Amino acid sequence: MSNIVVDKSKVPWWVSNVIVPLVNLSLALLVSGLFVFIAGENPIEAVKLIIYGSFGYIQGFAYTLYYTTNFIFTGLAFAVAFHCRLFNIGGEGQAYIGGLGVFLVAINLSFLPVPIVWLLAIFGAFLFGAAWAYIPAYLQSKRGSHVVITTIMFNFIASSLMIFLLVDVIRDTNQMAPHTVKLPEEIWLPSFEAFSGILGIKIRYSPLNLTFLLAIASLFFVWFLVWKTKWGYEMRAVGHNTQAAIYAGISPHKNIIIAMCISGGLAGLLGVNEILGVSHKIQAGFPAGYGFTGIAVALMGRNHPIGILPAAFLFGILYQGGSEVTFEMPNITRYMFVAVQGLIILFSGALENLFRPQIESFIVRRLNREVNV
Amino acid sequence: MEFLSDIASLINSTLRISTPLVFAAMAGIFAERSGVIDFSLEGKMLMAAFVAAVGSYYLGNPWLGLLLAIIVCVCLSMLHGFASVTHKGDQVVSCVAINILIIGLTTALAAAWFGQAGLTPTLNEDQRFLEIHLPFADALRDIPVIGTLYSDILSGHYVFVYLAYLSVPLVFWIVFKTSFGLRLRAVGENPSAVDTAGINVFTMRYKALAINGVLIAFAGAHLSTAVNANFFREMSAGRGYLALAAMIFGKWHPKTALIACLLFGFTDALQIRLQGVELPAIGEIPVQLIQALPYILTVVLLAGFVGKAIAPNAIGQPYIKER
Repeated sequence: MSNIVVDKSKVPWWVSNVIVPLVNLSLALLVSGLFVFIAGENPIEAVKLIIYGSFGYIQGFAYTLYYTTNFIFTGLAFAVAFHCRLFNIGGEGQAYIGGLGVFLVAINLSFLPVPIVWLLAIFGAFLFGAAWAYIPAYLQSKRGSHVVITTIMFNFIASSLMIFLLVDVIRDTNQMAPHTVKLPEEIWLPSFEAFSGILGIKIRYSPLNLTFLLAIASLFFVWFLVWKTKWGYEMRAVGHNTQAAIYAGISPHKNIIIAMCISGGLAGLLGVNEILGVSHKIQAGFPAGYGFTGIAVALMGRNHPIGILPAAFLFGILYQGGSEVTFEMPNITRYMFVAVQGLIILFSGALENLFRPQIESFIVRRLNREVNV
Repeated sequence: MEFLSDIASLINSTLRISTPLVFAAMAGIFAERSGVIDFSLEGKMLMAAFVAAVGSYYLGNPWLGLLLAIIVCVCLSMLHGFASVTHKGDQVVSCVAINILIIGLTTALAAAWFGQAGLTPTLNEDQRFLEIHLPFADALRDIPVIGTLYSDILSGHYVFVYLAYLSVPLVFWIVFKTSFGLRLRAVGENPSAVDTAGINVFTMRYKALAINGVLIAFAGAHLSTAVNANFFREMSAGRGYLALAAMIFGKWHPKTALIACLLFGFTDALQIRLQGVELPAIGEIPVQLIQALPYILTVVLLAGFVGKAIAPNAIGQPYIKER
């Protein structure tokens, strides 16, 4: 379509990794502003509310980081599978089942000393999430059933299964609502207010807890795994060119399974934050769309941990600031922010090349002029 | 006789429930035969349902609502084409973006405009499609077999049900018996050969996507202005994905896709029947597991227990014209 041809080797790294993503993000946010306007509210006021809600007071900021934690997990989950060219859009279901893993381990082993039960619960979350991703992975690699459809179906199936378990099997029988009993208080993950209490800052309540550090550790884990190990190399090779990988003796089957299981496991870790850290029980529908947001986070972060961290933080701001907006503006519901996610995926994923040739040639010309003068 | 009328009503609801799946599967055949993956059937169906409901509420005529839905769905298909055909973006990412955008946008706008959480106002009889009773349906009801077949199964459906089943032979004819269909299939199999023959690959793919938009709009309008009298949040409930699975199971062919759609429809009709029923030997099956049946069936069918599905050769690859 565009006739601009740019010599790729002359384009500085920061153009495609910083400038172009920022331009795409701004486009997505501009269109979002238009939607806010159509819904009958002032977009500039909405931005002010978002900034106040996510940075304006310490509790709001803690909420922002709490959402960031969830988005790091689901963003990494999507990114790992994506490096093997697999679209794992089943993060929602894997997180749900991962939550079951945390709860089952924690409630049955709560007699163990605290750090051990935490580690085992994290392991349980990872294992359950991975197991839920294993079946679509197997079907993709052995039967060629497209992973997008199977993972979506597994979201629906996970939701049915969990409602069944919550209603008929593990429901707290003293309550009417479908949720489990609370975990014993000794094994709850320490929250941010406990820390800030030591530092002498008093805040009422915040869901931010120790899982945030686990999320940061996961960023390093994924970076190391994908770029510094043989596994990661093989996984990327399969994703990049399956035929070439086969000639090099790399098994696509093995790598599809590994990539999807790690991806599912990372999504499952969301359960650690939600169950061991915040609500201490399984509630119906607790993944609340975080799994889908992970897609936007990963694509915006260009599927690299260094990009995913700021992207997850941005979505944390949007979520926390967004709840401030929905509180103040009656015409805006939280679904407006689901639409914003869609726009971000569209502009930084599918339409990422919209203005890339123009931007690249503009900057290359500018740089050349400086060199010549 | 009780048994016979049970069967008749089961077939009747199968035909009704399969309708949006049939439209969506036919829409999918056009896109995918031309080489463009279309997971966004789900989102477009949801958008069509929303636009049709809002349109007929304000304009007072369900046909105008349908027309608006067609326009909007064609626009969404064009957006998918703009991203994945013109700009060679990733087709699956483009579809996921459209689906998530629509889930959010429809619910947010319904809440902003009508003040209810993701609901549009209930349509009255003038604003929605009504069941069509074929002539002499009442008179013929008492005749055995023919009466059941004509009055209980064929008569009394919404206009979309008839249109859906009529669309199948039409799609078959267009795709397999016309020169347009030949080009369409060629573009999906070997775009560079088609390009050599002097046919514009991009134009063909855009045309296919436009037809895709028209067809999927019918599926959405069926949901919100015929079987239901309003739009509600995420009312498409995965039907777009089910239809796509049916299409793959039907090997990108209208006739076999129709059979797969009917199978899904039947499972769903049966699922509604089975709720709360005591089965011999098994007992009562938990309602949540019954509701998951269509989704489990999708996974099972896709796993290909009837042979591997072969997609159009060039599917998912943007066409790059060499300079």
